[in-house]
Amino acid sequence: MFENLSEKLQRAFKSLRGQGIITEENIGDALREIRVALLEADVNLNVVKELVEHIRIKAIGQEVLTALSPAEQVIKIVRDELMTLLGKDTARFQFASRPPTVILMAGLQGSGKTTTSGKLAAWLQKGGHRPMLVSVDVYRPAAREQLKVVAASIKASLYEGDLKGEAPGSALVERLAKEARREAVNSGCDTLIVDTAGRLHIDEDLMDEMQRLKTLLNPQEILFIADAMTGQDAVRSAEEFHKRLALTGVVLTKMDGDARGGAALSIRQVTGQPVKFIGTGEKPTAFEPFHPDRIVGRILGMGDIMTLIERAEETLDKKKSEDFAKKALSGDGFSLEDFRDQLRQIRKLGSLQSIMKMLPSVGPFQGIQQMADQVDEKQFVRVEAIINSMTPKERNHHEIISGNRRKRIARGSGTSVQEVNQLLRQYAQMRKMFKTAGKGGALQRRLMGTMGGMRGMGR
Amino acid sequence: MIQTLFGSLDEPEKKSIFDRMKQAVSRTRENLEQRIEGIIALTREVDEATLEELEQSLIASDLGVTTTEEILTTLRDHAKRQRIRDGAELRQLLKTEIKAILDQQDRPIRAVSGPQIILLVGVNGTGKTTTAGKLAAVYRSQGKSVLLCAADTFRAAAIEQLEVWSQRSGVELIKSKQGGDPTAVLFDAVQVAKKRNFDVVIVDTAGRLHTKGGLMAELDKMRRITQRLIVDAPHEVLLVMDATTGQNGLQQARLFTESAGVTGIVLTKLDGTAKGGIAVAIARELNLPVRYVGVGEKIEDLLPFDSEAFAESLLGGG
Ligand SMILES: Nc1nc2c(ncn2[C@@H]2O[C@H](COP(=O)(O)OP(=O)(O)OP(=O)(O)O)[C@@H](O)[C@H]2O)c(=O)[nH]1
Ligand SMILES: Nc1nc2c(ncn2[C@@H]2O[C@H](COP(=O)(O)OP(=O)(O)OP(=O)(O)O)[C@@H](O)[C@H]2O)c(=O)[nH]1
Ligand SMILES: [Mg+2]
Ligand SMILES: [Mg+2]
Repeated sequence: MFENLSEKLQRAFKSLRGQGIITEENIGDALREIRVALLEADVNLNVVKELVEHIRIKAIGQEVLTALSPAEQVIKIVRDELMTLLGKDTARFQFASRPPTVILMAGLQGSGKTTTSGKLAAWLQKGGHRPMLVSVDVYRPAAREQLKVVAASIKASLYEGDLKGEAPGSALVERLAKEARREAVNSGCDTLIVDTAGRLHIDEDLMDEMQRLKTLLNPQEILFIADAMTGQDAVRSAEEFHKRLALTGVVLTKMDGDARGGAALSIRQVTGQPVKFIGTGEKPTAFEPFHPDRIVGRILGMGDIMTLIERAEETLDKKKSEDFAKKALSGDGFSLEDFRDQLRQIRKLGSLQSIMKMLPSVGPFQGIQQMADQVDEKQFVRVEAIINSMTPKERNHHEIISGNRRKRIARGSGTSVQEVNQLLRQYAQMRKMFKTAGKGGALQRRLMGTMGGMRGMGR
Repeated sequence: MIQTLFGSLDEPEKKSIFDRMKQAVSRTRENLEQRIEGIIALTREVDEATLEELEQSLIASDLGVTTTEEILTTLRDHAKRQRIRDGAELRQLLKTEIKAILDQQDRPIRAVSGPQIILLVGVNGTGKTTTAGKLAAVYRSQGKSVLLCAADTFRAAAIEQLEVWSQRSGVELIKSKQGGDPTAVLFDAVQVAKKRNFDVVIVDTAGRLHTKGGLMAELDKMRRITQRLIVDAPHEVLLVMDATTGQNGLQQARLFTESAGVTGIVLTKLDGTAKGGIAVAIARELNLPVRYVGVGEKIEDLLPFDSEAFAESLLGGG
């Protein structure tokens, strides 16, 4: 569906062939493509304008190098520009000289504050800290109960407090916060994570409450928890929260989806504060320090290979993958049995579409991103059914699968002989392709090992 | 309050809903209006520069580049043909265009004989559980018997959250335990509804990202289970979307429609400053109508969608 930015730029620069220098005139199309790519990634319009202007100034007058294509050259400028905006300082965390270090969680409704509170506590525990959690969300139904369940699941301390029948309101919020702080000191916890109710940046009363909480607690960190799927409005909410609270950092949640995450750029631009962490799932461990370089590739639609590799390494059975890679890339090739194993492993990673979209659309995986939209997930279920209907001997010696056997397999798997034929044909192609890839580079080999055989599958 | 607002869902009490919709999106309107006003003050004629500025206004409202460009192409074409010269006319034309996109696919909610099953689906944190509670109150106020079903057995305290909403709306809840099988609760709820002749079953499901194949397959399974018990169920599958959502909303709508058979959108958190323009893009590309809008965290903060009011509020005038 999406044409990758680098492809668009290649096209935009067709006119540049034979010209030695990037000029105002010949960069016009490319700048438009960059603008669209950034907007499609949800980078705020004003931020886009500024970025494009910077890029234009940097690019004009540059000689067209022979080593890089003009498109590559411009992409490098774009990348550098985005990296500069995102900054290098990321996951540094401030601790109080006198404990407890207080971390205040702030953000709009449903952005992930409560979940992230738990993740942060787990992360601190891993770093040898003793965090305490408290929820001062006395408004949303079962909000405090939610944090309680989260705390229990990671065995972190929680200050529950007693509402004593007090009506929900700022007085109660402040009382709970004060008590929690005292409790943290008394029980020897060195950090206190304060989960707050979601609020709109235009809600005067609740924003006032947040400011009072800040005065009361004097937190070292005030984190803005933002949803990676946020669009143009991200600048407004972030700006207002920053104005009221002087944020110290940002956590970008729900990065396990396929949102491009342009909001990261917008928020960074209006607050000047670094994205410190990203949330990559609903579980307490799905939490990582932020890497600007990775999100840049993602915003530009150029794949997020590092994340893919990491996810693969976490989810997949490494030994199996390596064995597969070795076999597939060496002279013998892989069997249908190996192939089925590999298929099952891949499915653990998420939908094939989402995996394919993480691959860059240049180099060895050219075309895969585009194929992603045509992939029929159910086809993979059928492929597995077909292989399941084979005897172990057939799986390991595909050459014995005769016409009669094919009929039996089709019947057994509820598919057609054509489908069985097709699978066997694709299997043969893949075996060949992998052997060729065996001569490729290390990264390619590593990926091929984990991604086993996706390429031949899309129609 | 809710009584006057939702006297009848099919024939909404025009004025109050209209006013509230207008109020809810007035910030949106002011913003856009200011921008458009600003543009129009600059040029006396409708020229390319004006249209370009309009384009930016739409993009800033999250309509997305493609949708914006298509709308603008039509607008440009019409403006030329009708020799439109002043800003008010141009604005009116743009409003008509946006309203047309939103209305295009507005089909009525299917009438049924047995219990009507409504599934709420969507990515994490958009407002499914809250909307389930509000929606229960809406149907209650119409004198219908409503059953809530807590099919989010995954997220911490999701069941307790819906329990509070069931108390607020005075509606019975079917639930199991956290970690239980969501399909099983759904099965129970539909059985109960059939046996005891409930009019409506509102099913809250766990938030899930559309990229997670396994979780999406689960929705498909839930849909099939419902179908097995009631042939034409689920009657409504509402994709609950946060109005702050950017371009990813389109992909959400695509993939949820694929797995869960989405029939309409609920646009929540429209009481903020976000404009929810992605709904226009979704309507255009997927023919999915917006059914309701969420305009706050209270039980009465759910309104039927009114494309007239929405377009009106977006662009002002009239
Ligand atoms: N996939 C995914 N889901 C997440 C992530 N972070 C949070 N969530 C989910 O998002 C939803 C909302 O998260 P919460 O932690 O309840 O959000 P909140 O900001 O505390 O919400 P309110 O208190 O209601 O304002 C839940 O379903 C979480 O499981 C993430 O990084 N990835
Ligand atoms: N301002 C505002 N807040 C809303 C609206 N609808 C829901 N919320 C809030 O958004 C947050 C998330 O709502 P939930 O109903 O828990 O969302 P959900 O989709 O069920 O979340 P998960 O089950 O975790 O995926 C809560 O804090 C709600 O109070 C709305 O229309 N306006
Ligand atoms: Mg919360
Ligand atoms: Mg919920």
